[in-house]
Amino acid sequence: MKLIFERSVADRALTLLPECDVEKTVLPEGMARTQALRLPEVGECDISRHYTELAKCAHGVNDGFYPLGSCTMKYNPKVNEQAAALEGFTEIHPLQPQSTLQGALKALVLSEELLCEITGMDNMSFQPAAGAHGEFAGIMLIKAYHESRGDTKRTKIIVPDSAHGTNPASANMAGYTVVSIPSNEDGCVDIEKLKAAVGEDTAGLMLTNPNTVGVFDKNILEITKIVHEAGGLNYYDGANLNAIMGVVRPGDMGFDVIHLNLHKTFSTPHGGGGPGSGAVGCKSLLTPFLPLPRAIKNGDKYELLTESELSFGRMKEFYGNFLVVIKALTYVLTLGAEGIREAAQIAVLNANYMMHELADCYEMAYPGYCMHEFVMTLENTKKQYGVSAMDVAKSLIDHGIHPPTMYFPLIVHEALMVEPTETESKETLDEAVAALRDIAEMTVNNAEAVISAPHTTPISRPDEVMAARSPKLRYEF
Amino acid sequence: MNIPAELKFTRSHEWIKDLGNGEYEIGISDFAQHELGDLVFVNLPQEGDTITMEEPFADVESVKAVSDIYSPVTAVVKEINEEILDAPETINSGAYDAWFVRVENVTETAELLSAEEYEAFLNEEA
Amino acid sequence: MGSYIQSTKAQQQEMLQKIGCKSVEELFSNVPADMALQRPLDIPRGMSESSVMKYMQNMSEENTVFKTVLRGAGAYRHYIPAIVKSVVSKEEFVTAYTPYQAEMSQGILQSIFEYQTMICELTGMDVSNASVYDGASAAAEAVAMCSERKRSKAYISACSNPDVIETVKTYCKGNGMTVELIPENDGATDLDALAAMLGEGAACVYIPQPNYYGIFEDLTKAAEITHNAGAKLIAGCNPIALAMIKTPKECGADIAVGEGQPLGLPIAFGGPYLGFMASTTAMMRKLPGRIVGETVDHDGRRAYVLTLQAREQHIRREKASSNICSNQAHCALTAAVYMAAMGADGLYNVAEQSMSKAHYFAQKLSEIGYELAYTKPYFHEFVTVGVNNTAEALAKLEENGILGGLQLDDNRILWCVTEAVTKEELDKAAAILEEVGK
Repeated sequence: MKLIFERSVADRALTLLPECDVEKTVLPEGMARTQALRLPEVGECDISRHYTELAKCAHGVNDGFYPLGSCTMKYNPKVNEQAAALEGFTEIHPLQPQSTLQGALKALVLSEELLCEITGMDNMSFQPAAGAHGEFAGIMLIKAYHESRGDTKRTKIIVPDSAHGTNPASANMAGYTVVSIPSNEDGCVDIEKLKAAVGEDTAGLMLTNPNTVGVFDKNILEITKIVHEAGGLNYYDGANLNAIMGVVRPGDMGFDVIHLNLHKTFSTPHGGGGPGSGAVGCKSLLTPFLPLPRAIKNGDKYELLTESELSFGRMKEFYGNFLVVIKALTYVLTLGAEGIREAAQIAVLNANYMMHELADCYEMAYPGYCMHEFVMTLENTKKQYGVSAMDVAKSLIDHGIHPPTMYFPLIVHEALMVEPTETESKETLDEAVAALRDIAEMTVNNAEAVISAPHTTPISRPDEVMAARSPKLRYEF
Repeated sequence: MNIPAELKFTRSHEWIKDLGNGEYEIGISDFAQHELGDLVFVNLPQEGDTITMEEPFADVESVKAVSDIYSPVTAVVKEINEEILDAPETINSGAYDAWFVRVENVTETAELLSAEEYEAFLNEEA
Repeated sequence: MGSYIQSTKAQQQEMLQKIGCKSVEELFSNVPADMALQRPLDIPRGMSESSVMKYMQNMSEENTVFKTVLRGAGAYRHYIPAIVKSVVSKEEFVTAYTPYQAEMSQGILQSIFEYQTMICELTGMDVSNASVYDGASAAAEAVAMCSERKRSKAYISACSNPDVIETVKTYCKGNGMTVELIPENDGATDLDALAAMLGEGAACVYIPQPNYYGIFEDLTKAAEITHNAGAKLIAGCNPIALAMIKTPKECGADIAVGEGQPLGLPIAFGGPYLGFMASTTAMMRKLPGRIVGETVDHDGRRAYVLTLQAREQHIRREKASSNICSNQAHCALTAAVYMAAMGADGLYNVAEQSMSKAHYFAQKLSEIGYELAYTKPYFHEFVTVGVNNTAEALAKLEENGILGGLQLDDNRILWCVTEAVTKEELDKAAAILEEVGK
């Protein structure tokens, strides 16, 4: 594929702006850039075709099954997009008088109410722009809380070794030392190890439940109690909330603070890597520390709360990824109480169905019922046939299916983590099962074909070592 | 397996070579480079830094992993090997030529294994 | 109730049977009963698509959309070409995740590579990442990049957007760096004061270009002062202005960041926008976030991959200096399509028209008592003083469908004019203000 720079022809351009209708202002002496700005010189037809060609070499949920574990790639309803494209949302300035922003502020307050009820939290801020940003906000809440009490000896955050990499990274960004605790045999928190790890220096625990191996940790109340009794707070990573919405709430499991990935659980599209929205919710004891500004209801008016002595500060410009919140709000209103619960139930049913249908030809890392996702281990396949998790993943691409998450969680060797989500039909699941069974058979009969996959894509496997050793990060003219 | 007899080793797979003038070279073993796979980047300390026995003093990156390299001694870095900064693949092609740092003023030394002991240790681990 | 579940009840039963399970509830047997929700969620019943759309439409209409916007302060309404909206609404771009699987994501990866190239061209810097959340978090991440063992002080211009200053402070509360504000003098950063402030432990200096008041800063001098103290210079740039003014690289900056919203994104109540981030090659491995690189595939064909991943949280975990994972890829795509549509000349035209119209309007305002607060050269924003009934004046504009400048205090207003506003609209605004003043 040509780069857009390679389509460039000198002096080709679009006509987009009228002539300047006022006298031109001249830039002061010495201020002008001397380095030429080399942007593509292309026509509208060039641009349209270029990006259509790029789009053909991309794969979204719209193109096919996308069982990327831990990422909840459910279908993105179009009405959400339509709502977020309303002029009354896209064309309002963030610094307009609040009286002219009542709809936008109401949208934020309503989203907060609905999502707090779903998670069992008391308040929520939509300022964080993505999951990791929400994690950072959540840990900063914990930090602000301890500091407000003069409890400065709490310098450690406990994170299980099965956690997403963002958890320890977020704790580190907030200035905490990370204590990693090993998981037990069924992938859950090892209670004894946790007891040994907590103490006067414990600021908090970061956990997701169901955990990253797709199992609901039934000891969760005991776990959160251990941390509370040590004086720490419990942080819930909302990455896996899709499994339990309407069934059980993090707020009822003993969690004090939570982040949500609206771009996972609440169906907003991921856009090839963002924008997301990492709403941070908390129990009322942490509300005074939430980032500001925050939309609140005051009588029958909506307004922005801009000052609070205890707030830990601001996360970004303005109020967060507002249009993403609009999409999530549209989704929650569409599904309603019963639809939210049903989404979780069918997500879990779909995962268990796939797991069951594959159990005789793939080794499951944690047999038994799973929640919304399950983890397979290709460790023995690799030893026996030389076919790795990566090879199976690449082979799935030839079946038009986006591979599951590979090599995560780190506690499972040669892991493939499959999350079908609730929006996939039984036919789609059956096709994926058939594809995976096909690959399993090929692994035994013709391992080489699996190892050399994919065979149907615009490129074969790229040389990642070369990319990292001699980085070429821009087009050279 | 390639384990030069004149070197000493650690259980975390570093080697150390006595240059005879109070200076030592430190690198990683052939076993370590093989386990780590194609290396793409190396982070080294600066000249003049003090590195501490049994603590990380450098790290190496492959495409999908980053690993700490532990110092067998407490000492001062006299020189770093800029060649491996530019071409980390030389560690893969010759782990015992691709020293990371030359150190001096050694004040503390960890328990080290002879080549024979290291080989036995590797066999045990496998 | 709306639902996106496609399997029928009969299919669900069939699936349950295969699993060997009587009900879906049985699958949740690990959830202790005393903890599970024993009631329906207390949220409204689901709505049909038609009803929900009506509901959202009504909500959106409770906001006022101003026909004319003379307010910026971090969010700028420029003209967005039709091709931009068309391209970025392609479902393949909208509904993809981060391009982890290069073989089936070449389109996304190449679009990011092209974006990175455009940002390098715009800023003059050597390398760019795939974007971060917004201009403020980009500034905060840039500050964190400069932290070294013996250097942990960040100096931020008091002429920065207040949101940038606050965001940097939040991040620094976490990473232990200290923040000091460089004072303002006649609407610009006081560089003499900066020279006196910098000392041992200085990690970086952040200077906006143009600054919050629209004024062009002397970045070259700032770079010299900063580098003399052994610190790094971060330039926080308006990307439209960069089409005409000296690039951060030409001025000697080590890192260039900025709010990318003006590049084809709607103002949308503050987001989603994107933060662009570019640096010198020397700082490349400290850049946070996704970076796409060119390589070859097994058969020697040109290919693109996410690269330098060992910097990132999923590999470095608690040793990663940033936790960023999702960025603003789709917004970056929007910015890239905008830049392709505009081209260098078009972008220059946007900058020149914005600046020219701002100056035209400032002149009109000065004729009716709104004097420029500062004397220094400015881009498309400026501050006026001298009229006491500012609140009344702005309210009058609002009544006429014009969002006036941002009131900074009792008699200072921060105005912004972009190319999207016509001379006619400016004349109308001036006439209304003149009427109020009488």
